[in-house]
Amino acid sequence: MNLHEYQAKQIFKDYGIPVLPWRIVESADEARNAAEELGCPVIVKAQVHAGGRGKAGGVKFAATVDEAVDAASGMLGTRMVTHQTGPSGVPVNKVMVTPAADIAHEYYLSVVMDGDEGAPVIIATREGGVEIEQVAEEHPEKIVRIVGDPLIGLLPYRARDAALALGFPSALIRPATALVSNAYRIFTDNDCSLVEINPLIETEDGNLIALDAKVGIEDDALFRHPGLRQLHDPDQMDPLEREASEFDLAYVKLEGGRVGCMVNGAGLAMATMDITKWAGAEPANFLDIGGSADLDRIEHAFKIIVSDPDVEIILVNLFAGIARSDVVATGVINAAREVGSTKPVVAAMRGTNAEEGLQLFEESGMDITPAPDMASAAIVLRDKLASMGGRN
Amino acid sequence: MAVLVADPCRLLVQGLGRDGSFQAQRIVEYGTNMVAAVHPNRAGMKFMDEVPYFETAREAVEATGANTGLVFVPAPFAMDAILEQADAGISLIVSITEGVPVQDMMKAKAYLDRTNSRLLGPNCPGLIHPGERIKLGIIPGAAVTPGNVGVVSRSGTLTYEAVAQLGAVGMGQSTCVGIGGDPIPGTNFIDVLTEFQDDEETEAIVLIGEIGGTREQAAAQFIKENVTKPVVASIAGQTAPPGKRMGHAGAIITGRAGLASEKNKALEAAGATVVESPAYIGEAMAGILG
Repeated sequence: MNLHEYQAKQIFKDYGIPVLPWRIVESADEARNAAEELGCPVIVKAQVHAGGRGKAGGVKFAATVDEAVDAASGMLGTRMVTHQTGPSGVPVNKVMVTPAADIAHEYYLSVVMDGDEGAPVIIATREGGVEIEQVAEEHPEKIVRIVGDPLIGLLPYRARDAALALGFPSALIRPATALVSNAYRIFTDNDCSLVEINPLIETEDGNLIALDAKVGIEDDALFRHPGLRQLHDPDQMDPLEREASEFDLAYVKLEGGRVGCMVNGAGLAMATMDITKWAGAEPANFLDIGGSADLDRIEHAFKIIVSDPDVEIILVNLFAGIARSDVVATGVINAAREVGSTKPVVAAMRGTNAEEGLQLFEESGMDITPAPDMASAAIVLRDKLASMGGRN
Repeated sequence: MAVLVADPCRLLVQGLGRDGSFQAQRIVEYGTNMVAAVHPNRAGMKFMDEVPYFETAREAVEATGANTGLVFVPAPFAMDAILEQADAGISLIVSITEGVPVQDMMKAKAYLDRTNSRLLGPNCPGLIHPGERIKLGIIPGAAVTPGNVGVVSRSGTLTYEAVAQLGAVGMGQSTCVGIGGDPIPGTNFIDVLTEFQDDEETEAIVLIGEIGGTREQAAAQFIKENVTKPVVASIAGQTAPPGKRMGHAGAIITGRAGLASEKNKALEAAGATVVESPAYIGEAMAGILG
């Protein structure tokens, strides 16, 4: 679960990480009040769950109150498209107004989980304000990596190591050490998947400030953070992904695909996407219906897939261990009838009650082509796609 | 003999709710030697009228000599159950539970490193040895047949896929091991590859990886240096976009190394036969061992 910048900054504040004051506004009037109160110049920032908003016009400098009002009005109620969103973008419902800062230097600092190390790792660089991936590719020697201890946490001297390695001026070593420790503490206290400060700035008058804030919370740990769960903003999700999450389905919308995939198991779902490509088309989605999917969930899963206008044909690939093929077949048939879908289906079914499932498909009178396994299903799919023509 | 498992295997199952009980029944029916059940408030009762229930793992181990443990306990309590079994002296703990918080696993793994216990999982289908009919998890018994191919996989359903294909070309399996789809697994590819290399029963190895992390690259390095048996490998997720979690908590591309293409490259360079899709594993293995 991702947080908005203003929510992340509140957490920063609570943990003693310096941030500039801000106001969250939802209208032009509120923007005017905020800019007057804070004093111009200000920065106006769209609150969206997507990186790259600066390039997309979601961060604007305003020298006067009127400029701030214009900037906020220009963002509110629009949908922002960045390189991290789909073509439909994400809605801008809230805008942050915050004072402009005098930047002497920009740093980058983040905490992420390193699965291979089995511990959180601090990743930082003096080259802030840019894409960290790019720095890592082009100048790996400029990346500072400090691994925490899974049981002890981050020892103070390790936080100091990070501050020293980043080359802060000596007056800032102590506050930078505290900042690194606090960022690490935010990560572990709140079961984060990400704590990122980009940029972390040194101001002209020698202060450290987190100018931006990005915090992600691990979904699997939300059960023990009821307060954080309330910060969830479902409007920022893809509508189909949002609907899927309500039924506990692991669904990811993929851009530009035409083959809807319905599979049990995450690994098999990925392999099904891959073999779709082999068959000559792009997958439209990842979908794992889970091991013990009941009829209701399967019906919803199929409805979500066919409601995607990009989907022209559906590939069902089932290897039923706990799940039952006949239940999946019934769910697919029910859902297709209910929404009146005539999109063709290619279905591979193996495992528990596979024959019954295929029998149900055959008797349904629908455009369903059975296949004995995944490799054969791919060949059927390829031929079907060829006969349908159109785009790849 | 099954890799990773103590001989003779004496199994304790912890967490016998609806799903756990259903699976434990399959495990007993398959022929696994289940000696103890652990579940709150059932001490004195019997599971399937034959296996005694205990309140704690320690009591179960003391009374039955259990050396292997299965954890079906729900995610919020899984770490506690895993470490309870470790402290009770269980040598192999298999955790099927999906959705264990990563930071719980981070602590559990660091704690387990101080003990003599090994963890398989979590979020895995477990392990099955068709020859001795030992089933520690949820891999369907009907899917596997005794033979000489060892299977190790991050994915449950792709394990079934591989097994079905091996069966179709007349090849059985020695041990099938699911290491699970989480970012911090208790047991890695390398641990299982080490066992397969030393296992007399295993003549060839199937390795199924997926996007995210760098464990396949580590496995490739290990294969290059230590594995003399033929390896057929496949990586799922070639079409997955970066930054999006593909179901499994660990299946997310966060850097170049997490890409399927990078993993394929490393495995090929290590001498493994890499197939485009897990759908071609059977064919490739038949070509090698045929």
